[in-house]
Formats: sequence, structure tokens, C-alpha cells
Amino acid sequence: MSLVKISGLQKCFGDNHVLKGINLDITEGEVVAIIGRSGSGKSTLLRTINGLESIDSGELDVDGTALHDGKGDLRALRLKVGMVFQQFNLFPHLSAGQNVMLAPSVVKGVGRSEAEATAREMLAKVGLAEKFDAFPEQLSGGQQQRVAIARALAMHPKVLLCDEITSALDPELVNEVLAVVRQLAAEGMTLVMVTHEMRFAREVGDKLVFMHHGRVHESGDPKTVFANPSTPELANFISSVM
Amino acid sequence: MIGLQFTFWDILRNLLSGAEWTIGLSLTAFLLGGSSGLLILFARISKNRLLQGFSRGYIEIFQGTPLLMQLFIVFFGLSLAGIDVSPWFAAAIGLTLFTSAYLAEIWRGCVESVPKGQWEASASLALNYFEQMRHVILPQAFRVAIPPTVGFSVQVVKGTSVASIIGFAELTKTGSMLANATFQPFMVFGLVALGYFLLCYPLSLYAKSLERKFHVTR
Repeated sequence: MSLVKISGLQKCFGDNHVLKGINLDITEGEVVAIIGRSGSGKSTLLRTINGLESIDSGELDVDGTALHDGKGDLRALRLKVGMVFQQFNLFPHLSAGQNVMLAPSVVKGVGRSEAEATAREMLAKVGLAEKFDAFPEQLSGGQQQRVAIARALAMHPKVLLCDEITSALDPELVNEVLAVVRQLAAEGMTLVMVTHEMRFAREVGDKLVFMHHGRVHESGDPKTVFANPSTPELANFISSVM
Repeated sequence: MIGLQFTFWDILRNLLSGAEWTIGLSLTAFLLGGSSGLLILFARISKNRLLQGFSRGYIEIFQGTPLLMQLFIVFFGLSLAGIDVSPWFAAAIGLTLFTSAYLAEIWRGCVESVPKGQWEASASLALNYFEQMRHVILPQAFRVAIPPTVGFSVQVVKGTSVASIIGFAELTKTGSMLANATFQPFMVFGLVALGYFLLCYPLSLYAKSLERKFHVTR
């Protein structure tokens, strides 16, 4: 039974046909790593899963909440899909704790004390329990990204999308963020990540998706696919990045 | 020569009561203009094309014509329509319209200065448009907006002097009446200018200090 079901998904930016019919099934608890060259459509695909990019045609279904040809209840969809961004995008006018509390309070109407308890729990989960009152500008990039993960988790999403979440980090900060993702994967969180961390994708991923020219060019078990790419494009890509 | 004698204190006292009207008109224009400017702002940044077009036209008209003409049109236009308006009322309406257009445009820039990632992050947390505005975008835009808004209040204070032309006895009009009566235009208008400066300079200083303050914390 798949949690996320994408079929025949198409997307154009003007004349640029970015997604040319994507079919992808993600089961609950699966960790999917999407790789590909820049411009291959991997980020766009990720962003369609929570409606940040509209869909021109095709089906998207996340745990029973569906978008048909781009139409449907976006809010219901976003309640099920969390997202973490390359640039963190924390709210700079709110403390770490308030960043995490905002959506549960505003969107779900959770009471203050409960929202705060959840926020403290989520910050502890990403190893930042003591940073509840710190503002984003007082945190390192790695810490900010971990707060962003806690913020997404506080909404108890069914799926967490990660859009190149370590690409904006200094190299020495990458691992603290990857460690959190690894832990989420171990706890059974369904993760879809666009990543350049090939080794991480191979170790933690259950499924590797290689995007090429707006299509899923090759996909499968990461260890097998990395060892034996069946298309020359993927072989090329792997040799150019590893 | 008319034998009416004005002491320096008479002049000063009259100018001070004129200045009170200048302050009153400035505050009225700023408060009413600020609140209607907020409505214009929401129209300007809304996704509704009709509202967008209306607010854009509104802003262009008031930014593209002299304040004096706007006051004339309000003052004479309303009387032509059979509505008898006092200079005070016409000046307050005219300056309010003027202020609302400028503030809406200043604030639009501030809202647009909030990075796109803030919209995306709040959208992906399932906030709707009004929740995004209320909790994420406007609080950030507000910080950016304070210095230019206070700075613009200086323009409003100086702009009120135009109301003298339709006969509203604020500081400038009081000054010109006194200048005619005392035959001491240099002294009187010197005092008038000093009056404006004393009103505006603290505002400019305040705007500058706010700018510094918010620059550091961002």
C-alpha cells in the first residue's frame, strides 16, 4: 500500500517541459533519495508533492488526499506533507521555540502549553533542547536547519520532503543535520529527499530515483543501482559526482 | 499705515496656535492616511486583478500629481458637487488621500522585501494566506517599514503647508497673514520655517535612529 502515489505527473514552466509524466510510488516508512543533474526536474518534482509547484496534469495522492490535474485541497495536503528547505527559511522574528510552535497553534489550534510541550520535545529530538529561546540569527546553519526539521515534525507529517537540506551548509555542519535525518529514517519516518550526498543516499536510502530530462530515468535499490547502473546516463552521472 | 501693533510675543503666540493646526492636520492625515493606506496596500498585493489595478491606478494618480492640485480638486470639486466643505475638511481629505497612496507604496516595498522562502516555508506548514500575512510576512515587513514610514511623516508635516492656499489657517497661512499685518515677512517666515524645522527634525532623527537600530538586528 503506497503512501504517496504519483502518476502521469506533468509540469511546464512556459515552454520548458520540466516534468514529462512522472510515475512514482512511495510506501510508508520508505526513504527515497532523488538524484540528478541540475535542471533534471528533481527539485520541481519534490515541490509538487506539497503543492509549492502546481501540477499541469496527472495525479498526486498522499495518504488519501489527492490532487487531480493540480486541483484539490492544498491545505489538507500540506497537513500531511512537511518540508525542509535548502535555505532553512526559519522565521527570523521568532525564536526557535516559536518557530516550531507557530503552525500547530495557528493551523491546528493547539493550545499554548501543548504546543510548547511539542516544540520542546521536537527540539530535543534534533538535539537543540537548550536553544528554545534562541533566535535564528544566533544559531549556526546546522542548528538552524535542525530547528527547521523540528518545525516540520511538530505538525506530525506523514511524509517529510527534504530539498537539498545540506547544500547551504559549511562542510563541518553537514553531518549534524544528516545524523538527524538518519535518526528519523531509523524511526520509520517516510522521507523524500533531493540530495547531493551520494554516500548518504546509498547508506540510508531504500529507493534511489535518478531524474534525467524531466523523467524518472532509473530507480531501484540504492546499493544495486549505484553498483550497477543500467543506463549510461546514470553511470555517467555517478562517475561525475563520486 | 494701519496703527495695529504686534509685539514679538503676539506674533509668536499666533504662530503657535497656527502650529497647533499644523500638528492636528498632520496627525489626522497620518492616522487616516495610514489606515486607508493599509487597505490600499492589501489591494495592491492581493491576487485579485481588479483590486490590483484599482490600487495601482490610485497610487499612480496621487504620486503623479502635485499635492496642491489634489487639494484644489478636493476643495473646489466638492463645492462644485454641491457639498460645502470647510478648508480644514478639504485639507484633511486631500492630505489623507495623498498620504495613503505614498504609504501604501512604501509598505508594498517592505512586504515584497520579505524573502520568497518565508512564503514557501509558511505555506508548506499549511498556513493560509491570511495566517501567512498575519504571523510571518507582516511582522517582518513591519520592522522594515518603521524607518521609512517615520521618514515619510516629515513629508506629511511639510505637505500640510500647502493647505494654506485653500485658506486653512495652519502655520504657513498664519505666517502669511502676520507678515502682511506686521510688514516683517523675513522675521515672520523665519519663525515659520523654524517651527517646521522643530517639528520635522526630531522625526528625521528618530527615523535615522530606527534605521540604525533595525539595520543592526537584521
